[in-house]
Amino acid sequence: MQLKAIHDNCSGCRTCLLACAMENFRQVRPSLAVLRIEGLFPAPGSYRIELCDQCGACAEVCPVEAIQLEDGVYRVREEECIQCWECLEACPNGVMRFHPAMEAPFKCTHCGACVQACPRSAIVWSDEKESLEV
Amino acid sequence: MLYGYAGQVLWIDLSRRKIEKRPLDEGFARKYIGGRGFVARMLFDLVPPGTDPYAPENIMVMATGPLSGHFLPGSGKTHFGTKSPATGMYGDGNMGGHIGPALKYAGYDMLVITGKADAPCALVIDDEAVELRDASGHWGKWSLKLERELKDELGEDFEICTIGPAAENLVRFACISHDFGRQCGRTGIGTVWGDKKLKYLAVRGTGNLSVFDPEGALEAGRRSYSDIKDKPGFTGWQPEGTAGITNFVNQVGAFPTRNFQTSFAEHHEQINGKAILEKLLITHKGCFACPIPCGKYGKAVTELGEAYVEGPEFETISMFGGNCVLPSIEDVAYVNWLCDELGLDTISGGAVVGFALECFERGMISLEEMGREVSFGDLESVLHILHLIAKREKIGDALADGVKLAAERIGRGSERLAVHVKGLEWTGYECRNAPGMMLCYLTADVGAHHNRAWVLGKDVTGTDADVHSLIQAGGSGDRLPKSEVRGKAQWVIDSQHLRPMFDVLGTCRLQMMELGFEVEHYEELFSLITGQEKSWEEMIRVSEMIWHLTRAFSVREVLNFGRHMDYPPQRLCQDPVKTGPNQGHCISMDEVHILLDEYYLARGWDENGVPTRETLERVGLADVAAELEAVRAHGFSR
Repeated sequence: MQLKAIHDNCSGCRTCLLACAMENFRQVRPSLAVLRIEGLFPAPGSYRIELCDQCGACAEVCPVEAIQLEDGVYRVREEECIQCWECLEACPNGVMRFHPAMEAPFKCTHCGACVQACPRSAIVWSDEKESLEV
Repeated sequence: MLYGYAGQVLWIDLSRRKIEKRPLDEGFARKYIGGRGFVARMLFDLVPPGTDPYAPENIMVMATGPLSGHFLPGSGKTHFGTKSPATGMYGDGNMGGHIGPALKYAGYDMLVITGKADAPCALVIDDEAVELRDASGHWGKWSLKLERELKDELGEDFEICTIGPAAENLVRFACISHDFGRQCGRTGIGTVWGDKKLKYLAVRGTGNLSVFDPEGALEAGRRSYSDIKDKPGFTGWQPEGTAGITNFVNQVGAFPTRNFQTSFAEHHEQINGKAILEKLLITHKGCFACPIPCGKYGKAVTELGEAYVEGPEFETISMFGGNCVLPSIEDVAYVNWLCDELGLDTISGGAVVGFALECFERGMISLEEMGREVSFGDLESVLHILHLIAKREKIGDALADGVKLAAERIGRGSERLAVHVKGLEWTGYECRNAPGMMLCYLTADVGAHHNRAWVLGKDVTGTDADVHSLIQAGGSGDRLPKSEVRGKAQWVIDSQHLRPMFDVLGTCRLQMMELGFEVEHYEELFSLITGQEKSWEEMIRVSEMIWHLTRAFSVREVLNFGRHMDYPPQRLCQDPVKTGPNQGHCISMDEVHILLDEYYLARGWDENGVPTRETLERVGLADVAAELEAVRAHGFSR
């Protein structure tokens, strides 16, 4: 299963960001969320959802192999991270995150909090391998 | 510890360019809760009695609520307040979007702006880093264009509030704009920004909000999003948003049309919510954490130009589609866009333009004063007048002061065409035959505004049905009998306590008012987030206290404040409705006195509408009673 973004459904409310931070960090802090909503205003007047699609680019560049694929999800092994931050640069969707209060970068773990919270089904689970966006 | 709150208040003295952070006082927070409560008390305490709204001593307060920014439906709201340049009384306005949560994540529950800058400036808040910047290069810029420019300059993750040229030129109904289409529109709060030379506010907040019971709040938050999805209005009301009520309001003869000459628009199906979906919509646009986005973002293409715009909402439809008789939703949306860019409140804007069009039609405004021929239903005429107002050119200089002051200046009998209460223009519900709703307007604490109380549905159906249910039931369009005026006071009072309570908490009322989302959710979430046990009934008592406080502020500031301040405009009690279901109906002054007598008695105010000492003491405002008595006995210079 993959997270799939249906951009046209998004209304920019960012409930997904709140839910992500609440679920993973128990903090009311959308800046910690490992997905992004970008508003394209005034034109063309739409939203774009940036999600982790588990592409593995972060793992590929990690010099110490601190990011490993486990059950279809790339996870950061904090104890092995050397804080070079190359994974942040490598993430094509800009959702590999860093925060000064954290010792290692963090990323989406497919917890599904965003899917559950989205009131407009703009983020859904999908079996499709090819098309992750609509 | 104050859970739920950010914990600090940011004080900005523009005269001395001084920035100060102070802890949020716990006793103050517990008593006034947040948002509108904070705004009301700060204004009463900090604005010296008799202050000119344009004096440096006037302040502007922006206050979030304890639930702002938290994980629950519609937590994106924040409140603004000032001594209103439109009315000279208590003035406030509410804004959605994302700016309130951003301020809290940056660490501040409230922003207090004092003094006045000597040159255009901007306030930039980047978490703990706060600075005043020179904004001379941005002065004169249009609101939405400036927001785009600032996002490009500062970063997408900054939330921006701007004012447009109208506020710079002290148009008394200038707004603050945010998020490419959200406004704090009423009572001229943008005007006070313009007077203080504050061109924009930019906030980036990345911090955390403390929560008393994080696990419980997460679970209750999840449940509230789930529960709201089960409401019929979730799929029924949401698609058209506030514009969905257009048909209902028209069919029950309450749609302001042709400067309130009538209350029924023949062309309502050309300007309703369905027309938005068919002719404008690009995306549904929601405020922070909102599951029922009422914002409709689209593109309007007209013969005179095209624009991307959020809206129009119902109020804009009523005031420009009905009151100025613009024939199509594209025209209404295009005017909406121009108002947003110039920084004009679309409600007062539509009321003022409608007033000007009728004055011109009746020869009360000359061709020379107007600068060209204008007429109802003509897009070019409306755009022309809006530009005159924003620049204060020709007759626009008088119109920029709102219909009350403009009529005083124009004279020639134009007072009869000026539809307002206390200097604030009437909004989208005509009520010559809806006495409950009439009383809502007459006694709203900022002037003629619908958002403090709304009982039109009850006037028509006699029930407390939510708005979605009213829309579903519809209106027949049939001729309506004369309504009974007695027994409406308690309806209005209950609504005046219920609706503003959401402005105190920092949440959007539409979840409840439009869809029937239960108040018990807020009771539970308030407890889990703040750790304070407060029943909804207790919260409503706080809302009642705030109502007396805002009234006391206005009584203090207007030395001849009295019953006459609550009278309806001449048109609504002298000119019967011309067409539609309420044709021929009018409200008499005898009926107005019945409404006010019942209301004052139920409120615990004297026959002049002044809160009595006993009432103020009963709600915990003994100090306010003492101050009020002193000012009324000795004047401002006591």
